[in-house]
Amino acid sequence: MKLRTLLAAGALAMTTAAPALAQDDFDIVYIPKNAGNPYFDSIVGGFEDAAEALGYNFTTVAPATAEATSQIPFITAQIQRGVDVIAISPNSPDALNQVFDRARSRGIKIIIVNSDIPGSEAHRDVAVLPVDFSTIGVAQLELLGEQIGYEGQIAILSATTDAPDQNVWIADMEALLESDDRFANMELVTIAYGDDDPQKSTTEMEALLANYPDLRGVISPTTVGVAAAAQVVETAGVSEQVRVVGLGTPNQMRRFIENGTVEAFQLWSPYNEGWLAGYMGVAMVKGELEAAPGNTFEVPELGTIQFLENNVIHTQARPTTFDSSNIADFDF
Amino acid sequence: MSDAPGHGPRMLQLRPEYMTMALFVLALVVSASLSEFFADVRFVLESSSFFIEVGLIALALTFVVVAGEIDLSVAAMLALSACIFGEVFQVSESVALATSAALVSGLFMGLFNGVLVIWLQLPSLIVTIGTMTLFRGIAQILVGDYSIRGFPNWFVGIDWRTVGIVPVPVIIFFAAALVSGLILSRTGFGRKVYLIGANPSAAFHAGIRVRGVKLALFAATGVVSALAGIMMASRLGVVRYDLATGSELQAVLVVMLGGTYIFGGRGSILGTTVALWLLVVLQTGMSVANISIDYQLAVLGLLLILAIIGSNAIYARSGR
Repeated sequence: MKLRTLLAAGALAMTTAAPALAQDDFDIVYIPKNAGNPYFDSIVGGFEDAAEALGYNFTTVAPATAEATSQIPFITAQIQRGVDVIAISPNSPDALNQVFDRARSRGIKIIIVNSDIPGSEAHRDVAVLPVDFSTIGVAQLELLGEQIGYEGQIAILSATTDAPDQNVWIADMEALLESDDRFANMELVTIAYGDDDPQKSTTEMEALLANYPDLRGVISPTTVGVAAAAQVVETAGVSEQVRVVGLGTPNQMRRFIENGTVEAFQLWSPYNEGWLAGYMGVAMVKGELEAAPGNTFEVPELGTIQFLENNVIHTQARPTTFDSSNIADFDF
Repeated sequence: MSDAPGHGPRMLQLRPEYMTMALFVLALVVSASLSEFFADVRFVLESSSFFIEVGLIALALTFVVVAGEIDLSVAAMLALSACIFGEVFQVSESVALATSAALVSGLFMGLFNGVLVIWLQLPSLIVTIGTMTLFRGIAQILVGDYSIRGFPNWFVGIDWRTVGIVPVPVIIFFAAALVSGLILSRTGFGRKVYLIGANPSAAFHAGIRVRGVKLALFAATGVVSALAGIMMASRLGVVRYDLATGSELQAVLVVMLGGTYIFGGRGSILGTTVALWLLVVLQTGMSVANISIDYQLAVLGLLLILAIIGSNAIYARSGR
């Protein structure tokens, strides 16, 4: 009796499973740098929600370490599984080129998420960047300007003196302070370097407070620096006189937003990258979208997205601002 | 490939390799049942080429462990010789020259390990933890956080080249396993290695040049690591200072899984060979079934503990 029900259930399962497989069924896999990283979990969340909206199959697999070649066996396994799209945040700009070529020779789309693989662009289909990084400088200045009435002494707390992205953003800010009338009354008094080390960043921030008693605000476009700066103004009880803004992660900054030490900070939304890559991947597999510079497509919530030179995509035109109104929505 | 002849006329002497073989069969069955995508010889062979570098190193390491020593600098030697390969290629544009330079550098690194262990009489565990960091550090100084690439097309992608459906690295591995198996089990040199591991002072008094044999083993391990480095350079088309980070532990795991006794004197190339394929089947099977890495590592860890307990018990029974 029992056996019979089991057999019947089995037969039923088989008959229902067969047509489902016959439909156009897309498999997208996302391979983050390593397992257990909340930043990448947030990207996974975007993929999952897009999968629910579009009805594709989504899985994520991750290596234990972010070592340069640790993702290769996972890619090979996905090729064998016959997925349609491999989205990946690669651990190396070029060590994966050979296996990418192998995947693409079998018709699989390779989408790089959260960065690009400079010099190896020919080995992938598209690179999804979180934000147009050229807007970071102006967005940070505006965020601070609004809080201090676009007036007074400001300082920058950066990472290391030779961090390329930091220096580009600092140069952007310096140019804007010179040329843009809105910032005419804001004076950049110094640039301090905390080396992305919590202790050194704290010491540098304390020195800024001591050396510049009229300081109105500090911009720290690095996650370690902005958290250290917020901690220092909180401890010193000067968060009203000296406003802190910067690029930080919601989990690190949540406490300072909740207790009012920091009014707002910025970054981008990794969730949006997954959401966008899901929509784009399905459209590419269906043949509705060709990855070519100039081509555009629509993504709900994000609007019109365009392939730029080298098939690079900016998920957001400007960074996301996090404040007390929205920080609860983010967990990374 | 017997290691301890003369243990009586028992028909079926229990050996740790049998346990490894049983686990291998079990792993095949489990992997095939985990995922419909696994039972595909071409795929398993293709995936196995990622493990061959570690496998070659494990063969050399088996000799070292049987002789009662260990070498944890193998992955760092792989990386440094691969970086030297890349640097020499960049200057000379010659793969032959770069290959020679890499192999010679591997030889020197191995000799360096051997000299420290033998003449300074330091424990090889400590020495090679030190040189592991040293070699990796030199590689980083040499290349920085960059990749060297641009190797000629004929050189890149050794794992894509196949004979029938068997990738070239797999053929190289089996050839190397056969040769090293014969050396360890059928030659005078092999017997010396076992004796040295089982009882160094007895070996010394029997007139065996213990230091010379050990030096040769460390040097050979260096050369094999360099060979693995060149193979990895071909597979990836790129060399970096952080290649094969952590692979020394994988190589040790393979040797232990194969039933080689960590305190020396026992072990076989057959065991190491089967253990490598056990690892290939397990990791490939679990990966293609989308089993998350935490579970994969837990399974591997459990297996290693099981193998060590098992081989210890078997050695204890056979009257060690």
